[in-house]
Amino acid sequence: MSEFSLWDIVYNLLLAARWTVLLSLTAFVLGGLVGLLLLMVRTAGNPWVIRLVRGYVELFQGTPLLMQLFIVFFGLPLIGLDVSPWVAATLGLTLFTSAFLTEIWRGCVESIGKGQWEASASLGMNFTQQMRYIVLPQALRIAIPPTVGFSVQVVKGTAVASIIGFVELTKAGTMITNATYEPFTVYGCVAVMYFLICYPLSLFARHLEGKFRHVAR
Amino acid sequence: MAYKFDFGAIVPHWQLLFDGVILTTELTVIGAVVGVGLGIMGAWARASRAPVISQIVGVYVELIRNTPFLVQLFFIFFGLPALGVKLTEFQAAVLAMIVNLGAYSTEIIRAGIQAIPQGQIEAAQSLAMNRVQIFRYVVILPALKKIWPALSSQIVIVMLGSSVCSQIAAEELTFGANYIQALNFRAFEVYFVVTGLYLVMSILLRMGLKVLGNFLFERRRHV
Repeated sequence: MSEFSLWDIVYNLLLAARWTVLLSLTAFVLGGLVGLLLLMVRTAGNPWVIRLVRGYVELFQGTPLLMQLFIVFFGLPLIGLDVSPWVAATLGLTLFTSAFLTEIWRGCVESIGKGQWEASASLGMNFTQQMRYIVLPQALRIAIPPTVGFSVQVVKGTAVASIIGFVELTKAGTMITNATYEPFTVYGCVAVMYFLICYPLSLFARHLEGKFRHVAR
Repeated sequence: MAYKFDFGAIVPHWQLLFDGVILTTELTVIGAVVGVGLGIMGAWARASRAPVISQIVGVYVELIRNTPFLVQLFFIFFGLPALGVKLTEFQAAVLAMIVNLGAYSTEIIRAGIQAIPQGQIEAAQSLAMNRVQIFRYVVILPALKKIWPALSSQIVIVMLGSSVCSQIAAEELTFGANYIQALNFRAFEVYFVVTGLYLVMSILLRMGLKVLGNFLFERRRHV
């Protein structure tokens, strides 16, 4: 058995933390794009599409992230796709993120007064132009603080990806624990690293909330 | 070769899923009741005039809210025995859920307390109520009523989060699912069904909390 000093533990955890950051970023960006798409088709307003998107959101908000990852991880091979833990984790977290973000952003778009829509329609704007020039720029200001706040949930969500075998911070913690038998130190370090990633995001979100509170009114 | 779905393969193992649902419910109920209780105390401490206690609670809230539940669970189950605190799987799972929900509900309930108009408290003071009485009779119920939807969502999130407790072999619903798929290799079918069960449970829990909220808050309006 090799000897691990505290520095070895921290160093190896830091290496793994890069994957946590990468997975979080990927899921957040892709999830944001899918969420935006869902928001657009939903706001465009075919009642069936609205129901469908609502069902999608309900499904992802009403089931555990772990189950979503399991279904992607065990389900896709059944239709002949070979998925690595990385692909399954990215796909699962992207869908999860998109459902939450589209719901957050829906609230922001709905908070834009009806008069804004009517005024822009009376200027002869079509739906895309209304969204692009009138509604989204205003909704964006309101949307930024809760979106940044949600990014913390994404980072924490990546920990669940360790269960389907993706080696990120938590999984690395488990592996190092199995080698060192020092769970207290190792999981303590793991928790500190998550904290160092998440806390600045939380602070930033809170700062933005305070800043935009005056603008919204 | 196309895969043939066989959901019938789960039926013989229904007992495992049933036990899992029961245990997940137990975890959720204990976690929610004690967790919200902890949250009320935390919010009380945050609002108190003793800065040290308020700061300690603040650190607790931030630590929990900025680390994953899975890591908290591992720390409690694998890490605490190093300090001589040995817990069973169930105890560790419940403790993790309580600690987790306690932090979130502290923050949620605090927001509710801050929304109580200052005049209410001043009126209570002028009736010579002491601080405990004011909190008990004037502040806490309206505060809880205001934030009940947010608190309900958080309880549902904690219930769904309990699925990772299978990782320390607490025998809840996901544990049952893992066990069944290890027996019959029907991973997709099992997880599909269990996802459906979670969905039903979260809808029922949401409805139950709504009914509870009506019961707790609406009647007292007239009193």
